[in-house]
Amino acid sequence: MNAIEFILAGMLAAATPFLLAALGELVAERAGVLNLGVEGLMALGAVLAFIVVYHGGGHFLGFIVAGLGSAALSLLFAFVTLGFRANQVAAGLAIGILGQGLSALFGKTYESLTVKGLPKLALPTLSELPVIGGLFVQDIVVWISLAATLALSAILAYTKLGLIVRAVGENPKAAHAIGYSVISVRILAIAFGGAMAGFAGAYAAVVYTPLWADGMIAGRGWIAIALVVFGTWLTGRIFLGACLFGAVSLMGLAAQATGLDVPSQLLSSLPYLVTIIVLGIISADRRLLKLNGVASLGEPFER
Amino acid sequence: MSVWFPASVPTLVRRERASLAAALSAPVIALGGAIALNLGLYILMGRDPVAVVYAMLFEPFLSWASFSEVLLKAGPLLLIAQGLAIGFRAKVFNIGAEGQFILGAIFASAIPVWFPQATGQWIWPAMLLLGAIGGAIWASLTAFWRVRLNANEILVSLMLSLVAAQLLNYLLLGPWKDPNGFNFPQSVMFQYDAMVPTLIAGTRVNVSFLIALVLSVAAWVFMQKSFIGYKLQVGGLAPRAAGYAGFKEGWAIWLSLLIGGFAAGLAGAAEVAGPLGQLQRSVASGYGYAAIIVAYLGGLHPIGIVVSALVMAVIYIGGDNAMVSASLPIAAVRVFQGSLLLAYLIAVAFVRYRLEWRRTAQRSLP
Repeated sequence: MNAIEFILAGMLAAATPFLLAALGELVAERAGVLNLGVEGLMALGAVLAFIVVYHGGGHFLGFIVAGLGSAALSLLFAFVTLGFRANQVAAGLAIGILGQGLSALFGKTYESLTVKGLPKLALPTLSELPVIGGLFVQDIVVWISLAATLALSAILAYTKLGLIVRAVGENPKAAHAIGYSVISVRILAIAFGGAMAGFAGAYAAVVYTPLWADGMIAGRGWIAIALVVFGTWLTGRIFLGACLFGAVSLMGLAAQATGLDVPSQLLSSLPYLVTIIVLGIISADRRLLKLNGVASLGEPFER
Repeated sequence: MSVWFPASVPTLVRRERASLAAALSAPVIALGGAIALNLGLYILMGRDPVAVVYAMLFEPFLSWASFSEVLLKAGPLLLIAQGLAIGFRAKVFNIGAEGQFILGAIFASAIPVWFPQATGQWIWPAMLLLGAIGGAIWASLTAFWRVRLNANEILVSLMLSLVAAQLLNYLLLGPWKDPNGFNFPQSVMFQYDAMVPTLIAGTRVNVSFLIALVLSVAAWVFMQKSFIGYKLQVGGLAPRAAGYAGFKEGWAIWLSLLIGGFAAGLAGAAEVAGPLGQLQRSVASGYGYAAIIVAYLGGLHPIGIVVSALVMAVIYIGGDNAMVSASLPIAAVRVFQGSLLLAYLIAVAFVRYRLEWRRTAQRSLP
């Protein structure tokens, strides 16, 4: 397998944690809430899923527990920001630190243990194509994530529910005036974002790598937040961005496999460097950000 | 169909003026709340709460030896938090102090690593200055991305911290690794003149703690008395008003980040030229993130930050003690820090709002 085939085959799996977490953050931001705690929410989901799977609970239960656990922690964020109108930046950082601390606490006795991942499912015919065939051999979670991306895209764009979420983020006062509960919508959006971050962490810990180590999320949660900006709050672009980061995070492995003489630390920092560069390129076009950006993002709602 | 609603519900009502009493008591209440919450957690984990409380909250004060360690930890937290708070007040969220701290440590180490034989009283001051410049340079990348490219400073500064950690690893595993260091990822031990002189005999507290205190006074003068500090605060509170008054936003962002990076870099330099005595991986131990909590807990006020830096240092030293005597995992310190900030954010709401029990109208659903 050459480097390109290797990257294509692994790209979607590597992209999945970014994608899931970014979709969750997208919904929260669409509702006007900036939740910077994704890294901690992912870490908590990762450790919960790992503990469940390690003790024989199976992957399905692992994902459910991770989703519920991270949603619960994100509700704490909702409580502080919506209930007490706290600064969303500070509250997000607090949730991030708390989630990482809790994950290290729960995961202490599981450090460096491994579990079995999930089998890959191949699409017939397509998976036999040369070069790009690897794209069509993926585990079930990748397929579900792709379906979820399409579903979420349709819900946000075409349904009343999507319209309500967007209205609450765009103009909370108006949404309130026509009878929608801004606070309830935001609570649900935050919980959804938390659950998705939990799934993302679970995927990283029990499918993608599959092992537990403190700090294993390694900035993926932060990159997911950046992805929402890269994607200018649009599902399709977020998916493309996640694929880009999936590919970038594989490039290090591919480079090592081909025996390229580059310090491994440079390859490890590649995703962060690419984030910085892409963030600069996308943000420099202020019109693009304004066009799709969420008007009330990060602002507390007061009646 | 009629649905039961409570006769009255608690509602936050904006105060006409912020409550000073609430502002002063918020961090104390938050600390009490966080302690109670975490003790509950330790009890659930099957630890002896009395032993934990003793180790965490009393032991640090029981001997001069352990209290001096609290002062040693408080130094970098104090420096970094003072720098960050200036930015936070101007609504510039530099959360990359960890990276600026690491770059400060790297820049400062360049002198003893490249000139291990050099002697003279100039070495440690030069290292501190070089470290501060290194931190400021690292922060200037974020400032450039924010001002010129309009990129979010939270994400850029955080990413740069992750890059800085990799850069540190690279140096310690590669070009700067001590050839006689038994393959440990650390630099050579620094020469005597590269070490910051001890401030209190018999302890590890060094002159950098004094520098942190002096700079805290400088931060107070800058924020409360100077026109530039005033402009920064106006820019943070009312960006539009500041714009009309001719205060430029880009200028405020540059200044905030450079001050934050300078202070964090200085703290990083003081860490390698102080307690560590060489460049090690453990220099990146989360001071930059903890200092964010210190800054908020101190109400973003220079005097409050002096107190909150000491409190956070006690939590660190107490956590270390509890790890030994009550076998508490060190991650418990992170959990404590996170819950402390959350508790503070709840408590501080009562500075601007008061709780009122409002009667609800009896509603019926169709």
